[in-house]
Amino acid sequence: MKNVLGFLLTAATLSFAQQAAAINVFTCEPEWGALVQELGGDRVSAYVATNPFQDPHRVQAKPSLLAQARRSNLVVCTGAELEIGWLPIVLRQSGNDAIQPGKPGYFEAANYVPKLEIPTRLDRAAGDVHPGGNPHIQTDPRNIGRVATALSQRLGEIDPVNAPFYQARQRDFAKRWSAAIERWQKEAAPLRGANIVSHHKSWAYLNAWLGMREIAELEPKPGVEPTATHLEKILTQLKREPARMVIRTPYDDARASEWLANRAKIPAVMVPFTVGGSDKAKDLFGLFDDTVERLLGALK
Amino acid sequence: MLRRILFVAVTAAVMAPGTALAAASDNPTPAAETHAEPGNEQRLQSLEERVKQLESTPPPAPATAANSFNPGISLILSGLYANLSQDPANYRISGFPLPSGAELGPGQRGVSLAESEIALYASIDPYFYGMLTYAIAPDNTASVEEAFVQTTALSHGLTIKAGRFYSGIGYLNSQHAHTWDFVDAPLAYQAFLGTQFGDDGIQVKWLAPTDIFLELGSELGRGRPYPGSDRDKNGFGAGTVFAHVGGDIGASHSWRAGLSWLGTSPQDQELSDMNIAGTAVTNSFSGDTRLWIADFVWKYAPSGNPSQTNFKLQAEYMRRQEHGDLTYDSDGALGATNTASYDARQSGWYIQGVYQFMPYWRVGLRTERLDQGTVDFSSNGSNLARPDFNPSKNTVMLDYNLSEFSRIRVQYALDQSREDVTDRQWFVQYQMSLGAHGAHQF
Repeated sequence: MKNVLGFLLTAATLSFAQQAAAINVFTCEPEWGALVQELGGDRVSAYVATNPFQDPHRVQAKPSLLAQARRSNLVVCTGAELEIGWLPIVLRQSGNDAIQPGKPGYFEAANYVPKLEIPTRLDRAAGDVHPGGNPHIQTDPRNIGRVATALSQRLGEIDPVNAPFYQARQRDFAKRWSAAIERWQKEAAPLRGANIVSHHKSWAYLNAWLGMREIAELEPKPGVEPTATHLEKILTQLKREPARMVIRTPYDDARASEWLANRAKIPAVMVPFTVGGSDKAKDLFGLFDDTVERLLGALK
Repeated sequence: MLRRILFVAVTAAVMAPGTALAAASDNPTPAAETHAEPGNEQRLQSLEERVKQLESTPPPAPATAANSFNPGISLILSGLYANLSQDPANYRISGFPLPSGAELGPGQRGVSLAESEIALYASIDPYFYGMLTYAIAPDNTASVEEAFVQTTALSHGLTIKAGRFYSGIGYLNSQHAHTWDFVDAPLAYQAFLGTQFGDDGIQVKWLAPTDIFLELGSELGRGRPYPGSDRDKNGFGAGTVFAHVGGDIGASHSWRAGLSWLGTSPQDQELSDMNIAGTAVTNSFSGDTRLWIADFVWKYAPSGNPSQTNFKLQAEYMRRQEHGDLTYDSDGALGATNTASYDARQSGWYIQGVYQFMPYWRVGLRTERLDQGTVDFSSNGSNLARPDFNPSKNTVMLDYNLSEFSRIRVQYALDQSREDVTDRQWFVQYQMSLGAHGAHQF
């Protein structure tokens, strides 16, 4: 009996010691999970709440998320109302004061980038509009760089002992990242000015970065599934104003873009959208390598 | 700083107009395309760096206005058309008497407003969150559905809630009517909880620091709503204890299971019942009521993406034990008032599945049954009898969700709650949500 107790105590101490070694970060989307790992290395343990095949706007406050939020020291999410359907409940029911909005343990990436498509008119007749602007900020790598700077500071605030470590890793990441951005920009030069059609308004930041022109969306209104009449309308529009490709995220239904692509005789491209969205998008660098490669492939 | 940038920009503009234009645009042009002199290139680089620096500074904080601290407001609008083959005025669940004012049955025939509600919510300060839900019933009455404050600054997995709130027992109990997958609540909820148990009191919940979701909770309340009864007492009239576990299996499956207990001691609880002769009678019960609930829910969505197809299976089992004194004809309307001991053990369950077979469209099936169990009326047995019949109901529904915010539903039910009577119930319902974007529980 004594042995069992001793064993249990040792096990408990060990598991606590292990927990103390790394700070637990709850990330809402895979890109922030990957970024936290880039900046934190072995000093952080990142949990990713959604996968690349899920629309992060349509997730439920499921039990596993509550259990993870309860144990985390920091929450890293996009913000700008992207997770509004589930994150507020997860935070409120977590019984964890460290990660409540307003606390250092709550980090919204969208607060650190200039936002696009901020609506001038707020009315749901226009679909599911986000008052804070388009929340899909991660499709521009320059935004990832901006968030990395702020996030490394935040990690240092949460875990002051390792602050110099996070700063050093951020500097290293920033160097590699800006070199990569330059390379992507060079490679992607032929995309400048290309007309594209997208499934949902997921690509505002990518378009701004690469200079592509989004001339239509398959969704009649943001958050409303494509309809046959709307697709026909786009097809007519494309006869007047041709586009080079139709792009979609891994979680958008392929049928609508395939339908349009077949009739308009242009390629339909699935762009990874986030880390893990395609086989090659293993990390943040792979994400944009593959994004640029797929978009260029569609120009040929 | 700004002046220096301007100076550099102007100098660059004068020296090589093409370069300056490229630098001024938000989208940096690849260096290969610019034909600048080496000296200009350096200037251009420093200029670009400054632009980058400016871009990376966080945007200014939003301007404040007097109304910027107003709470979030959301509004649920709902309406119903009901076509019932039986008169809803004499709706009852045989063998499961309820207080006369209880929310029970399919409501009115024809077109009516269904339960519409207004919710106001916000953080109170860094320590509390508050919410008020006001329900507007079709008969022009309004009632406080929930009005509670909840802690947000406690750690170690603890949350405390105080005020009026839907109890955390079972699965469906804490969910508002507009999130139900059917027009009405299951029979077991109607018979054992008067549709939904929302008491005035205090709730403590604790979330375990484990990978698997484990939540323990307990509530102490006034015991005002059925199965309790309001009374003049300094202490508490009802208590609950509940535990929920849950988790994921792969990316596509998630589940939650729970066990709950509700204990209350109603005093002179008036119940509308029917005696052996089939005459309506008012009885009153004083004693102890214990209710056990086991609940389970499983949700499936391919890769966790519910937008194309998804499936939800949900089941609950309830078991009630009542022990005390029952006064027959407590208001003396029949002139046969008699008090005798009363012991009953009854149970009920429902199981339902809802399948989204394509975007917008969901179909649902629910089957349910109540079990009369054992009932001992003691000397009241000469006037009251346990019906030799178990109420049951089968329901099918189809709903169309044009967006996250609107839903139109058609439902058909074969309701056999009344002995020897089948009620064929058709419903057409709309439910719309306006205002602040709501967040829903699992």
